[in-house]
Amino acid sequence: MSREAMEYDVVIVGGGPSGLSTAIKLKQIDSNLNVCLLEKGSEVGAHILSGNVFETKALDELLPNWKELNTPIKTKVTKEKFLFLGKTKSLSWPTWLLPSVQKNHNNYIISLANLCRWLAEQAEALGVEIFPGFPASEILYNDDGSVKGVATQDMGIDKEGNKKDNFESGIELHAKVTVFAEGCRGHLGKQLISKFNLNDGKDPQQYGIGFKEIWEIDEKKHEEGLVMHTAGWPLDNSTYGGSFMYHAENKQIFLGYVIGLDYKNPNLSPFDEFQRFKTHPQIKKIIEGGKRISYGARALIEGGLQSLPKMYMPGALLIGCDAGTLNTPKIKGSHTAMKSGIIAAETINEHIKEKKELSIYENKFKKSWAYKELYLARNVKPSFRWGLFFAILFTGIDQILFRGKFPFTLKHKHADHETLLPLNKAKKIDYPKPDGVITFDKTSSVYLTGTNHSDNQPVHLQLKDSNLPIKYNLEKFDEPAQRYCPAGVYEVQLENNISKFVINSQNCIHCKTCDIKEPSQNINWVTPEGGGGPKYGNM
Amino acid sequence: MKILVAVKRVIDYNVQVRVKEDGSGVVTENVKMSTNPPDDNAIEESVKIKESGKAKEVVAVTVGEEKAQETVRKALAVGADRGIHVKTEGIVEPLAVSKILQKIVEKEKPDLVFMGKQAIDDDCNQTGQMLAALLKWPQATFASKIEVKEKSLEVTREVDEGLETIETNIPAIVTCDLRLNEPRYASLPNIMKAKKKSLEQINASDLGVDIKPRIEQIKVEEPPKRKSGIKVKSVEELVQKLKNEAKVI
Repeated sequence: MSREAMEYDVVIVGGGPSGLSTAIKLKQIDSNLNVCLLEKGSEVGAHILSGNVFETKALDELLPNWKELNTPIKTKVTKEKFLFLGKTKSLSWPTWLLPSVQKNHNNYIISLANLCRWLAEQAEALGVEIFPGFPASEILYNDDGSVKGVATQDMGIDKEGNKKDNFESGIELHAKVTVFAEGCRGHLGKQLISKFNLNDGKDPQQYGIGFKEIWEIDEKKHEEGLVMHTAGWPLDNSTYGGSFMYHAENKQIFLGYVIGLDYKNPNLSPFDEFQRFKTHPQIKKIIEGGKRISYGARALIEGGLQSLPKMYMPGALLIGCDAGTLNTPKIKGSHTAMKSGIIAAETINEHIKEKKELSIYENKFKKSWAYKELYLARNVKPSFRWGLFFAILFTGIDQILFRGKFPFTLKHKHADHETLLPLNKAKKIDYPKPDGVITFDKTSSVYLTGTNHSDNQPVHLQLKDSNLPIKYNLEKFDEPAQRYCPAGVYEVQLENNISKFVINSQNCIHCKTCDIKEPSQNINWVTPEGGGGPKYGNM
Repeated sequence: MKILVAVKRVIDYNVQVRVKEDGSGVVTENVKMSTNPPDDNAIEESVKIKESGKAKEVVAVTVGEEKAQETVRKALAVGADRGIHVKTEGIVEPLAVSKILQKIVEKEKPDLVFMGKQAIDDDCNQTGQMLAALLKWPQATFASKIEVKEKSLEVTREVDEGLETIETNIPAIVTCDLRLNEPRYASLPNIMKAKKKSLEQINASDLGVDIKPRIEQIKVEEPPKRKSGIKVKSVEELVQKLKNEAKVI
């Protein structure tokens, strides 16, 4: 099938902080470069979800005059709290005892979605062509095996794969360099890592699932600029995770929870842990009387340096969390993602102008502050396999006394899909019913994401073996997809006493958790028709 | 033949609309906006008529704030030839939009004016009808099928009783139903080309029409929360409850 093709100097896949930084930096270096950026969301920002406490280091480098440019970066962090939660009690940890990576003075509470919208405006003003609503669905290769570009998704295909009346063929975008910046577990990035063996000699990647709700709360309880984190309840000692509560502008708080996807108990439901967390007296007292206005979830990278794949390959670069540049103990990835994007632009410029190999990316990245940060942070996450108590003890010694300079590196031993225990070895968990005020069910939550996929299109959550969910997962793990999916996409229904696996793909909020956690890696997340998925506002 | 198609920028149909705390309206900040869905049908039909050779030019027009021009760009990307953006600020009621469109019609002299049957934000369903009255043109509303003849249109209308087919002279106003067609997708190359198409900006104040709001909005509130249902064990219990508790039979 021949498709229309368009030629660019650089094609960027994904309109998040890393891809937009590459786009802006490229145009700053040479305004004659033809740069195109594809975004699968219906607009830039629609699929962006993040805490977010923002460190401006990379933005200071990219747009030093950002403060004069009417940015959505407004709320400076003024106060910090860290709580250890027991079921009803809490212990406040003095902030001077926090490792410096977890201190947030000089940082800002922002909506990353809005920051990306703003970055997209800057990029467009510089002449970058941005196409929202166009997922890159396929990688194109040259005869010599190097990456040639990407193809956008065909539009107007029905459930059975036939062309509808409004069929619109995807097109090919060819580039001297293609930059993959899809974010955590990008579906093309995943293919590239495997095809070019980018993770050879690296530890398996580690992921988490992050939830976020925006609440409008009582003025009297709102302390603009307050950043609070918690660890402990409702998670048990062996499950990695914690919460955040950021008091943003307009009486809003960003309330969220992150759980490591290396959790072992198949009965665990990350969504319900988050809902239950909100019933803790320390949290409830703040949101009581308020109103939840947004909900969303997204997988995130936690593997750090040990799991960071090679970020270059012939014809392409893999940047931001498509590779995995998030600083886990810092709970921040936007600044490192942006830095990786800036370095990508510099690399590409030298590649195009001076014919240097893309492999110079590695050295440039290693020399950057982003790498140094990841190096110093590398031992925190793996120490959590010893449980919360020893991990905190170790982290204290590692981060406060030795400042990350231990002469050894702890390894990540397992991929997240390998960690589930069979049902008979796992504890049952009884989650309280949602009250519809503080805690909610998945249906009403997904409604707030504005997600939608036109119903007459192929299912974008593909099973390699369609029998596996019922034949294997149901018996062994009570099909954990029912619980790890934050949007209620997967259900096991009884029909005439026969269990049936149902995929409500129109509910999908593009978090990628299923692609990561499915015990047999049986679910493959591919791009749905363009413009589908959540319509996040100020997430 | 020349077709003028009017489009409006509204809150995206997937977004859960939230009422402002003070009841003064709905929240539009940090909310995804899109073209009013039946307006997409109006654009599609105009472009189809042009493709069939029965029209020479399709001009897309919108009335609204600066960002409203995104909807015109989208119309240009799916086949409209050029665009007009009439800049306004604040609330513009259907009567004001009709008056503005009347001026545009007088200037552009189209043979047909297409638009969506109503906008999903205010659900007024008035602009097309008012414009017809102002221009003294015939109107065909809720069109679900349109056949262009020599000097007339045959329009099938979605009415409460079923389908009604009427014939109207040209020039005419047609408001489009969602069943009219399936709007096409904008292809990437066409979005690029659309960026180069002409988009004229006009200030509403330069048109010399009075667009002051006539309606005073007193309060906006959310519909009352629906109470959760209960399960009954038998038909008898259901009948008894409908009779004695709900008192509907």
